[in-house]
Amino acid sequence: MTTTTAQDQIRDTISKNDVVLFMKGTKTMPQCGFSSRVAGVLNYMGVDFVDVNVLADADIRQGIKDFSDWPTIPQLYVKGEFVGGCDIVTEMTLSGELDQLFEAKGVTFDKDAAEKIRAANA
Amino acid sequence: MAMEGRDIENLIRESFPNARITITDLAGDGNHWAAEVIDESFRGMNRVQQQRAVYASLKGKMDGAHGELHALALTTKAPD
Repeated sequence: MTTTTAQDQIRDTISKNDVVLFMKGTKTMPQCGFSSRVAGVLNYMGVDFVDVNVLADADIRQGIKDFSDWPTIPQLYVKGEFVGGCDIVTEMTLSGELDQLFEAKGVTFDKDAAEKIRAANA
Repeated sequence: MAMEGRDIENLIRESFPNARITITDLAGDGNHWAAEVIDESFRGMNRVQQQRAVYASLKGKMDGAHGELHALALTTKAPD
């Protein structure tokens, strides 16, 4: 188990920021292919998001797994809610469900960019 | 110690005896796997709930830097 501090820190981060990605590396310098893919999608779609580099903090790295009961990184949170990891975010991007989620939660994104991703992967 | 595809399938099978399970070695290196699990029990669950259940069946094999299973891409759904 991780310290209360890590759990508090996680709760604080996802409640204060609309879109948070817990990832290995940073959005400009991802250090894992799965993290890179999700950060890449969000960057391309022009989503304003906060990146938390779990490699910089062992407590957060374990803490986020305990928090969501999810064993892998990256983890995407929108308005405090866990959306999924790389596979789920990829599927949702291609199916248009991610657009719907952002629309429902009032998160600004570039719809044309999302369509371009889908066209390129059709 | 890397895992074999059939080890992964067997672990998932213990929790989902009637599922349609397809394991693919993505990189051909025995280290990057994809698993598709189609099971009736997934009906009514969202993807996070479905995949949490599959992760649970793997009993910690994906945990941490020393997990035996480094990369497993999951696809889950209920049968059409």
